[in-house]
Amino acid sequence: MASLRWIVRSGKNAVSVVLRREIHRTASASLQVTVRDALNQAMDEELERDDRVFLLGEEVAQYDGAYKVSRGLWKKYGDKRIIDTPITEMGFAGIAVGAAMAGLRPICEFMTFNFSMQAIDQVINSAAKTYYMSAGLQPVPIVFRGPNGASAGVAAQHSQCFAAWYGHCPGLKVVSPWNSEDAKGLLKSAIRDDNPVVFLENELMYGVAFEMSEEVLSKEFTIPIGKAKIERQGNHISLVSHSRMVGHCLDAAAVLAKEGIECEVINLRTIRPLDVETVEASVMKTNHLVTVEGGWPQFGVGAEICARIMEGPAFNYLDAPAIRVTGVDIPMPYAKILEDNSVPQIKDIIFSVKKTLNV
Amino acid sequence: MQKMLSIISNVLRGTASKNGARVVLSSRGYADFTQQATFDIKKCDVHKLEEGPPQEAVLTREEGLQYYRTMQMMRRMELKADQLYKQKIIRGFCHLYDGQEACAVGIEAGITLSDHLITAYRAHGYTLTRGGTVREILAELTGRRGGIAKGKGGSMHMYTKNFYGGNGIVGAQVPLGAGVALACKYLGKNELCVSLYGDGAANQGQIFETYNMAALWKLPCIFVCENNKYGMGTAVERAAASTDYYKRGDFIPGLRVDGMDVLCVREATKFAADYCRSGKGPILMELQTYRYHGHSMSDPGVSYRTREEIQEVRSKSDPISMLKDRMLQNNMASVEELKEIDVAVRKEIEDAAQFATTDPEPPLEELCNHVYSSEPPIDVRGTSPWSKLKSHS
Repeated sequence: MASLRWIVRSGKNAVSVVLRREIHRTASASLQVTVRDALNQAMDEELERDDRVFLLGEEVAQYDGAYKVSRGLWKKYGDKRIIDTPITEMGFAGIAVGAAMAGLRPICEFMTFNFSMQAIDQVINSAAKTYYMSAGLQPVPIVFRGPNGASAGVAAQHSQCFAAWYGHCPGLKVVSPWNSEDAKGLLKSAIRDDNPVVFLENELMYGVAFEMSEEVLSKEFTIPIGKAKIERQGNHISLVSHSRMVGHCLDAAAVLAKEGIECEVINLRTIRPLDVETVEASVMKTNHLVTVEGGWPQFGVGAEICARIMEGPAFNYLDAPAIRVTGVDIPMPYAKILEDNSVPQIKDIIFSVKKTLNV
Repeated sequence: MQKMLSIISNVLRGTASKNGARVVLSSRGYADFTQQATFDIKKCDVHKLEEGPPQEAVLTREEGLQYYRTMQMMRRMELKADQLYKQKIIRGFCHLYDGQEACAVGIEAGITLSDHLITAYRAHGYTLTRGGTVREILAELTGRRGGIAKGKGGSMHMYTKNFYGGNGIVGAQVPLGAGVALACKYLGKNELCVSLYGDGAANQGQIFETYNMAALWKLPCIFVCENNKYGMGTAVERAAASTDYYKRGDFIPGLRVDGMDVLCVREATKFAADYCRSGKGPILMELQTYRYHGHSMSDPGVSYRTREEIQEVRSKSDPISMLKDRMLQNNMASVEELKEIDVAVRKEIEDAAQFATTDPEPPLEELCNHVYSSEPPIDVRGTSPWSKLKSHS
């Protein structure tokens, strides 16, 4: 009975409801939806809404997606709209960019962003720069999406975070969702955006479920690119993060709250353009800043945030130097104990907060 | 003089009707011009094809004059660019196309403007055939606001409708072209995409990746290798284990075409276009051509080839001379008529160069525009945190 009501209320197609895992009803007509399913919904809705949208990448069609993010889409939309590619990133990324130039709206999936390095010339030189070089004659409405950053036990060549690399380049938008709401709302916005968008997912988040309200579940729900979200209000220190680390920051904040330290946790949501105003406003309130990211420290997202805070009005409000918590500056090792100690843990965030607050 | 100009303007306006002969007779006053003639053209070598393009081409007087005018315009435009570069009015990269005119003009004659085309950095000729004017091309080279990309792209980044540049990264344009072809197939409008690259680029891995996907998905893509015998300073024999570029597509059928003969290029392009439009998938054309200039203006072009070689091509295989001789020998035009076209072309080039050297540079307000499409204005950081610039879409 409960399931029937969801189908009717949320207007979802029965197949996708059945395919979703971990569903249970809560009192406010919301659903627990995994990040994976949220991404799937976003693509499904946008494929339905606009005939020019199509998905290509390795295993996206008949395999239902290497990480099952595109599950059910090939069955629903067929070969024309969901295209399996050979293992040739540079070639198919270029083909996707060309299709975007000629008026389609491709979603180009990289199985992980590590493989995007093979195609990075197409992302930067063919996609990002073209609107500028053509003085506005040639837009490139494309989304490059896939898992980014550390996973579990996949070692050095499969664990790199590309937020800083792509975030460096004008002409690109770079988005890094954390939870299901982020995933759905931002992916829909990315697909509707007329610019090249690099959409950095996280493999470890795919299976994590979050509550999604009725509003978020609706087909018109989008989140604007370029706006950060304050996930938790606090007065003592600003914790700025993106992607999976947002969850770690919230966990750290919960522990610190027991000791009377109230952290304001900011989920950047977008890396480029960076919402520095939200960070500045927060720092001007709390007087302390710690950035948290999974990527390497040198020239990273945190480095940029700290530089911008220094250069802006919030500097005068800092009572302590702004600090970055980052991945360890090494290629990712394999052994579990080494891997666990290569990325920020909750205790590292707590430690940095206390050092910054001098407690 | 007046009569000559009116003949030319009539022809160029395409007013030659079915009674064309009579129109010409009354304006010209003496012997008729032949309205059309059939020419033997070189046979194309084929790869994985039962037969190739026809070995004869019909050329009408009107077409001949149009091809002549366009090739001459292209030639003089490139020579003007050479001159402006040496005067340091054009800077940076400048890759000239003189010698290869038959390729651009012949290809365009075999497709329509609703088809699509993409090439690499030796792109000025294609910008012209795809609808750009000499004025806006030269002004783009000189970096002025009247340039085809408002001065923001330069030599390698010129765009028009259904022309996707102008691309600076060797080989990257080939997958892009296949992507355009994918869109053509997806949208079902019976259009195709011509995707050009040079003999140097022909060894790029991404091109082979593209061949694979284009063949798998039967994309309506004509791959064209403009083989001008040198990849920058490296002769083809030193760069490619196989210089049979028309065979390098392997499972993709190929043609090897005399790229110095505009009719040969046209017939091959028509053949290739028919092939693509019939849904059979991609096809490859190797155009054997030659560039008179070095790779770019920084390359004198004589350290890796002899002046004798260049001179020999000029005297024996020049595409414009070849067309001119054909037309004159078959009474399709007069020497005076062609001279008048030359004069008109020269004038247009001079006017364009005048514009390109006097038009102002883009205003500084333009600096940050066109970073994003379809956005409200955003702030862009300048060289220091106090420098906040505005970017409009």
